[in-house]
Amino acid sequence: MLGRLVAAPLFWFAVAAVAVAALLPLWVSGYVLGLLTIAYYFGVFSMSWDLLFGFANEVNFGPTFLLGLGAYTAGIVDNRFGLPIWICIVLGTLAAIIAGLVLALPALRVSGPYFSLTTVVAVLILQNLIVVFADLTGGEIGLTVPDVISIDAATNYWLALGFMVVSGAILFTLSRSAVGLILQASGQDKLQAGALGFNVTKHKLVAFLISAFFSGLGGALLVFYMGTASVSALIDVSIGVQIIIAAVLGGRRTIIGAAIGSIFLIGLTEALRPTGELATLIVSIIALLVVLFFPNGFFGMIARRERA
Amino acid sequence: MKAETMIRERAETAQGKAATEPCLIVKGLTKRFGGLVAVNNLDLTLKHGEILGLIGPNGSGKSTVMKLIIGLERPTSGSILLDGEEVAGLPSHKIARKGVGLIFQHSRPLQRQTVFENIKLALLPDSLLKLFADPEVDERTRAIAESVGLGTVLDRRPATLPFADLRKLELAKAIARNPGVVLVDEPFAGLTQNEMAAFADLIRKFRAEGRAVLLVDHNVKSVAALADRVIALYLGERVAEGTADEVMRNETVRRVYLGGEIQTHARPEASFRDTEPLLQVKDVSVFYAKAQALEGVSLHVHEREFVSVVGINGAGKTTLFNAIAGFVPFSGEIAWAGAPLCGRSAAAIARGGIVQCPETRELFGELTVRENLDLGGQRLTRAESDEQRSWLFDLFPILKDRQRQNAATLSGGEQQMLTIARALMTRPRLLILDEPSLGLAPVILEQISGALEHLRRTTSITVLLGEQNVTFALPQADRVYVLEHGRFIWEGSPARFAEEMGTGYL
Repeated sequence: MLGRLVAAPLFWFAVAAVAVAALLPLWVSGYVLGLLTIAYYFGVFSMSWDLLFGFANEVNFGPTFLLGLGAYTAGIVDNRFGLPIWICIVLGTLAAIIAGLVLALPALRVSGPYFSLTTVVAVLILQNLIVVFADLTGGEIGLTVPDVISIDAATNYWLALGFMVVSGAILFTLSRSAVGLILQASGQDKLQAGALGFNVTKHKLVAFLISAFFSGLGGALLVFYMGTASVSALIDVSIGVQIIIAAVLGGRRTIIGAAIGSIFLIGLTEALRPTGELATLIVSIIALLVVLFFPNGFFGMIARRERA
Repeated sequence: MKAETMIRERAETAQGKAATEPCLIVKGLTKRFGGLVAVNNLDLTLKHGEILGLIGPNGSGKSTVMKLIIGLERPTSGSILLDGEEVAGLPSHKIARKGVGLIFQHSRPLQRQTVFENIKLALLPDSLLKLFADPEVDERTRAIAESVGLGTVLDRRPATLPFADLRKLELAKAIARNPGVVLVDEPFAGLTQNEMAAFADLIRKFRAEGRAVLLVDHNVKSVAALADRVIALYLGERVAEGTADEVMRNETVRRVYLGGEIQTHARPEASFRDTEPLLQVKDVSVFYAKAQALEGVSLHVHEREFVSVVGINGAGKTTLFNAIAGFVPFSGEIAWAGAPLCGRSAAAIARGGIVQCPETRELFGELTVRENLDLGGQRLTRAESDEQRSWLFDLFPILKDRQRQNAATLSGGEQQMLTIARALMTRPRLLILDEPSLGLAPVILEQISGALEHLRRTTSITVLLGEQNVTFALPQADRVYVLEHGRFIWEGSPARFAEEMGTGYL
């Protein structure tokens, strides 16, 4: 496994890309670093989403349900009880995993479109709960988080980069492992997987929980970077759609592609900022074209060329 | 790893055991889907080192039996004892881990994985913690691939393999699971003679290794050479059991497959006066990816003629009809009323007067009987539609009573009548009926047969009927074609069919 990895050109490309990214704070502005920090966190959200979509073959429309729970739990605990940041982050991650379990257990009993619908509804419920319990959550105005991990842009940047690289490495390894193979089989043909002796529900459930772990942890870290949490920035269905588009743009079943897609998407939106209101429209059209004509995404195009 | 060792040990003790003790005992097995009884109070036993053939025409419930044994369907009632342990109602992954393997009729490889990964998957334990398989798993994967003859294509993806290799891949997966009981669904479908022989050898090897094998197929002929014992199913019930010879001689089996006395009313071909047949199929071939479903098939149907295409399931009947109706691409020529059909869309062909009643019926289950009929009559004026509908209610009176009911709530026979009625609402020139007898009781078949008889006598409609049930296919037919493995092997009058094809068909 290790030997094959070291021999792969893509591996060395990734190492080089991470090295360049790590050196960026030496010459780019704080503003760009801030953008990339956010992009890296969203990269993790997209990669965790790809584990479900690309491998378990389940479309989860609720990535923001998981990351939002992580972010809000961590933020509220900090706001109310002033516990150390790392405890807030652990609690946020735990909340995402537990809520993920509560959602997935019944949702995975139904499959296909019904699973997806359940996840959309979960996002809407969370959104409503935040508004209803406004004195705890800050409601529509947003939650103020008194503490931040660091005020130094470079430190925050490196933390986000490190988090993305480690998450990516773990998710990638998982997807290429024996467990990943069983997960793919469960996603592609659950009758066959069952007849071969695999408990399809168990494998999909654990995939969902792994996705919840990285999303919740990412959400909690993100809230201590931004210092605030709001429905429109973290939980709204449109944020979830962005995460999904990033993963699809990057390339289904590639994990790493999802992170690249996320950076590309945030970079593109920023580059198009001078066009004002048109920016979102242009990004949407580009996403639509990629999905229609290159359903395997950027990474899929590269991988195919290599195979050919 | 533990589970695998257990299974291996189980197979080893199985080899040691005398082949007297049954390892699989099924008692009173029943499965209902809504009102339909697919399997009714079935008993069967299977011993180590034995090959049991389970045969029955399409819709007889044999595939359901297999799915019940491995847990892909939950039995309505009954008991399934595997090595003395009750497994009825357990999920399939548990039953599979207890040593039951299934070879699907259609190869279902993971398309994005290599042959190696596909076989390796079957060797993996159902564990979340075993991130990387033990090194001997890779070795065993290679050994199994060698043993079935896939050693040279390990790194290929299934889509690039020939059809026979895909079947071998299914076998390799079954071997990898090392099951004590192997269920094989239609082992020979789509294989050439040589490939069949090789596949049969591999199945015999299962028996030699002390495994119990259940072969599910359509007719006795295909399993006769392999099976130690044969059980024949019809409408979910066992109608015969014994050696292949005994079952072939069994009166009930002969009646199910061949029918009893058949009255034929054929009109000689010369009596149809059109000089050019209404439908002319010339040298048509169809491929599904790698499997050839039709091989240079030619057929013609005159205006007002009733032609039956007889063949077992998988012979290519549906493919032929789909080619005519424009659903599958083909090579060769199909002419309709003198003009080629090639390049016309399925919708255009249907508007041109060819309407197909598919085997699967394809009713709109959530719509009422009346709405289903009105959809068929979309292109008629209101008056025409009313007239056509009342004529159809005369033909199938039961549909009139069921007008407001959802199509999904009808019984199988009523659904079949509605399918035919909906097709007739379009006022077709050619009606294609694909297996209308599928899964229906004899009394219902008589009603439908009567309706067809009425159509033939009182209208100018042309009918092309595909059937495996000869009793149903012959009475109305003017001419009969016999389709086997994608080729016509016989053509003639229904009267000659009984003489010349009768015994060979079982």
